[in-house]
Amino acid sequence: MGSTLPILILAIPLFMFLLLGLGGVKMPRKVCGVLGILGMGTTMTLAYIVALSYFFCPEFTVDGVRQQVMVFDQTWLSFTDTLVVNLGFLLDPICAMMLMVITTISFMVHLYSWGYMEHEDGFQRYYAFLSLFSFSMLGLVVATNIFQMYIFWELVGVSSYLLIGFFYKLPSAVSASKKAFIVTRFADLGFLIGILILSFYTDTFNFVEMTSNPGQVLAECGGATFMGASVLTWAMVLIFTGGMGKSAMMPLHIWLPDAMEGPTPVSALIHAATMVVAGVYLVARMFPVYCIAEGSMTFITVVGAITAFYAAVVACAQIDIKRVLAFSTISQIAFMMVSLGVATDSPYIKGEFYGGLGYMASMFHLFTHAMFKALLFLGAGALIHAVHSNDYTKMGGLRKYMPITHWTFLIGCLAIAGIWPFSGFFSKDEMLAAMFESHWFWGAWMTMVAGLTAFYMFRLYYLIFWWEENPEYKHHTPHDSPWQMSLPLIILAAVSCVAGFIPFGEFVTWNRMPYHIHIELPVAATSLTVAVLAIALATVMYRKKNPLPERMRNLFPALWTAAHRRFYWDEIYQFITHKIIFGIICKSIAWFDRHVIDATMDGFAKITNCASSAIKGFQSGNVQAYVAWYFIGAVLLAGITWLCFI
Amino acid sequence: MLFGNILIWFVIIPVIMLAGLGLCRNSSMNAIRSVMVVGSTALLGLAIWLCCDFLRLREMGVDDEMLFTGSWMWYAPLNIHLAVGVDGISVLMLMLSAIIVFAGTFASWKINPLPKNFFLWFCLLSTGVFGFFISIDIFTMFMFYEVALIPMYLLIGVWGTGRKEYSAMKLTLMLMGGSAFLMLGLLGIHWLSPEVDGAHTWNLLEIAKLGVDESWQRMLFVFTFVGFGVLGAMFPFHTWSPDGHACAPTAVSMLHAGVLMKLGGYGCFRISIYLLPQAANELAWIFIILTGISIVYGAFSACVQTDLKYINAYSSVSHCGMVLFALLMLNQTAMTGGILQMLSHGLMTALFFALIGMIYGRTHTRDIRQMGGLMRIMPYLGVCYMIAGFASLGLPGLSGFVAEMTIFFGSFQDADTFHRIFVICATCSIVITAVYILRVVGKLLLGPVYDDHHLSLTDATWFERLSTVTLILCIAGIGCFPNWINETIQASFSPIIAAIQNTGILAAI
Repeated sequence: MGSTLPILILAIPLFMFLLLGLGGVKMPRKVCGVLGILGMGTTMTLAYIVALSYFFCPEFTVDGVRQQVMVFDQTWLSFTDTLVVNLGFLLDPICAMMLMVITTISFMVHLYSWGYMEHEDGFQRYYAFLSLFSFSMLGLVVATNIFQMYIFWELVGVSSYLLIGFFYKLPSAVSASKKAFIVTRFADLGFLIGILILSFYTDTFNFVEMTSNPGQVLAECGGATFMGASVLTWAMVLIFTGGMGKSAMMPLHIWLPDAMEGPTPVSALIHAATMVVAGVYLVARMFPVYCIAEGSMTFITVVGAITAFYAAVVACAQIDIKRVLAFSTISQIAFMMVSLGVATDSPYIKGEFYGGLGYMASMFHLFTHAMFKALLFLGAGALIHAVHSNDYTKMGGLRKYMPITHWTFLIGCLAIAGIWPFSGFFSKDEMLAAMFESHWFWGAWMTMVAGLTAFYMFRLYYLIFWWEENPEYKHHTPHDSPWQMSLPLIILAAVSCVAGFIPFGEFVTWNRMPYHIHIELPVAATSLTVAVLAIALATVMYRKKNPLPERMRNLFPALWTAAHRRFYWDEIYQFITHKIIFGIICKSIAWFDRHVIDATMDGFAKITNCASSAIKGFQSGNVQAYVAWYFIGAVLLAGITWLCFI
Repeated sequence: MLFGNILIWFVIIPVIMLAGLGLCRNSSMNAIRSVMVVGSTALLGLAIWLCCDFLRLREMGVDDEMLFTGSWMWYAPLNIHLAVGVDGISVLMLMLSAIIVFAGTFASWKINPLPKNFFLWFCLLSTGVFGFFISIDIFTMFMFYEVALIPMYLLIGVWGTGRKEYSAMKLTLMLMGGSAFLMLGLLGIHWLSPEVDGAHTWNLLEIAKLGVDESWQRMLFVFTFVGFGVLGAMFPFHTWSPDGHACAPTAVSMLHAGVLMKLGGYGCFRISIYLLPQAANELAWIFIILTGISIVYGAFSACVQTDLKYINAYSSVSHCGMVLFALLMLNQTAMTGGILQMLSHGLMTALFFALIGMIYGRTHTRDIRQMGGLMRIMPYLGVCYMIAGFASLGLPGLSGFVAEMTIFFGSFQDADTFHRIFVICATCSIVITAVYILRVVGKLLLGPVYDDHHLSLTDATWFERLSTVTLILCIAGIGCFPNWINETIQASFSPIIAAIQNTGILAAI
């Protein structure tokens, strides 16, 4: 494959960013919108050409193994002779899949935003930032080395910051963007230190070198240990903290719900489908090394399992529909993390061919989740657009007014709940099968989370579209959105219906060899039953206005309040950052600087001043005084001479 | 031939500018501006030409340590020469100075009162700075160093704001205190190096070859490092920086933070480390502790300041601490990072101070509590401020990222626990930096407009735009295409690294 198309995939969004960013102010809105959409459309077409030709051209498969193709790899910065940072384009199955996901969702969002953002100030700036984000995210997934990934990792962080803070006149948006950036920056510190350690021992950043021979990485790290864990484990866990930040794992999840302050299409693109799965992608990228770093996979599994449950519980008690979706995103990403964590690189377990099922399932879920979660977010955007509020209390009974939104939203809910034949069913089934394969506990635990997922999604669905009509509709009748907004909904809903039938294992596996998926019947039956029961429960509770939810809430008031307040994580962070770091550390250092260090310097000046005023009397200009001092001096000198020499 | 040497022109042009300004009438603003614009453009052109010529010669395989060398005796009894020569690092420093002088000229387009006198001192300051970077005779170097320091006193004392007399006095006295140490150190280096042709030499290339008496090296290292460290805002000698910057006029802050503080870092490696390698190996740990403190301490202090200039002054303490920290790691990658950080910090701090000056000129306050939502009122300045902020917190694609990463990856090469701990502390600064930068951006630029009077303010004028665009282009240029600069610097470090390694095994603590 020539390198022209891959370069264009990156260059077009970058060019659009510069064009719209620098010249956007002088362009009319329409031109900007059309340019943005056309640019992204071209990028999407190119990405599909590249990805599909990668999957289907025989030249990329040797002996049944898909090759990792280094399309190009340019030196960008050389730290030492051996430790060199390259910028390049690595084409392999997960990269090709991500190219399709990112460009598809990004294109849908570009199109959707044309309707959604039409009346907002800074329309041009918005499209420029979207292009910047697309560029950074594409750069991240095509990275040939971990440092390139880190570079684009920071760039997606800043694009996310800019887009969350898009409505910068609102203080809440400003603080949300700041929070998102700082929390992920803190996580990136771990990522950076991890890279420092790993590159120090392996003397390379290159993914291919590290993942093709993880045994050597382990050998290079040697037997050095630190606090009971090997250096490699430390490095990999630290790198994973970067992923925890971006993918909003506990305890670094706090920024994602607040990030919903950004425009809704942005939430769909960045905070549901693409950027937040960067952590999963990172683990998948380094998968063989994670497998060999003892303990790191267990860490990932545990973090994922706790986060998945926590987020699902919290999602049951939120009022803002975007926050419900945000917590559901956290929970679903945690699902992918657990699935990766339980995957192993050994092809056989208990004599059965296994081959990293969890890895494949995780990637599969990443793919399906991106589609249906983007659909749900865009649907939520349509609702907010119609009702002008984020609260479900202002909605209810909307199914009659917004049929397109209703049906597409329902498809999204069915997909995320894991109902056959929607896409979520297939990917979730594979993930659960992998978990049961690893240990029954993880399987059972995550099945429970899957049940909670079905429950809170249908709670949301019923509260929005059924329950009781908001009386305000009489004054202001909600209606479906313009075609630019409806079209992406319909396309994504169609994808969510059929994506499950893609033989995903044929394309994306950890060792890049085809893997035949088959539905694990017992697992599928269990999870389907649980999901159906959860939906039934939600139907009973929320289909029509009834006092049951109120009674349930009063049964466990403390639990409801705690879940509604997200188990007080924000308050804890608030306390640590404001009271301890700002209030105690920073203030005391600033005080110390002014009143100790600076005062010492001033003290020198004062002492000099005092000394000079103390002795300036000698220089009085008074002849008698001079004579007197002369005699005193002479007598003293004579005295000393006499004492010493005579 | 004196005038045949390209380097001499870096001093001659400012002197001609001084003369030209002397001829202008105090009231004719246009004449003064013309002199400044022509002069600073000439300097910038000269710097670019020098840079190209230097790279061309290197490309041709000329691998002398210093190029364009020349030496002219100017005080025979003490064997003092006007000796000049540049390696890659000095070339980049000259470039940086020329860019900042150029940007500074436009940033002080409307200086008031006494524009003529302001620019006279400004030119004298530039003379000192350029002279310092071209010299390889340590006495001449010191002389230019002093030439650069003195105008600062008047520039702050006369054209400054706030407690200007106090700050000017404090800055000058503290830097002079540093100079006193430095003088002792330099005299020591001179007298304690072996004689050449029956006389002690001041030429640093010769001294480096001959070596300084080992029993005295440690004391001399401390003297010179502290002397230069004061100017490099090393903890605990940094307190002149917040007050000095806060009171200085825009262009002076720019030149001071952008270039003058670099004199400190430059001197540290060119004299302290290069000439006294043995002592550098043995004593680096003391200064690693101090600069390590600087990095974190400056960043934390910046978090609670409310005056824009104080925030940037403390941020400079942190970033300049990073420069010295990197240099003290005594390996090629980290030291390269240190120089990159000097360039990066010079450009972005100059940009910051230019923008603060422009904002202050409109709102008449620098207190972030009394401003807000400026992005809506002056979008151009707001965007520039954000870019400067992103450069400061190390966003890829801008210069700060390249510099910091080179420093971290270089410093991490030292495998012992002591270095590791300090490197990890230093990396923490990337988070703290993000905190204070975003805090300022959030309060100053975003959010609702705080003061309705600000709504009538205007955006940047053409000369302000020119000044900022120049700096932003350089910042983005280094950030996007760092490798040629990186390689130039790395190549220039070879003799210094060789000197350090010749002294034997690196001192382990």
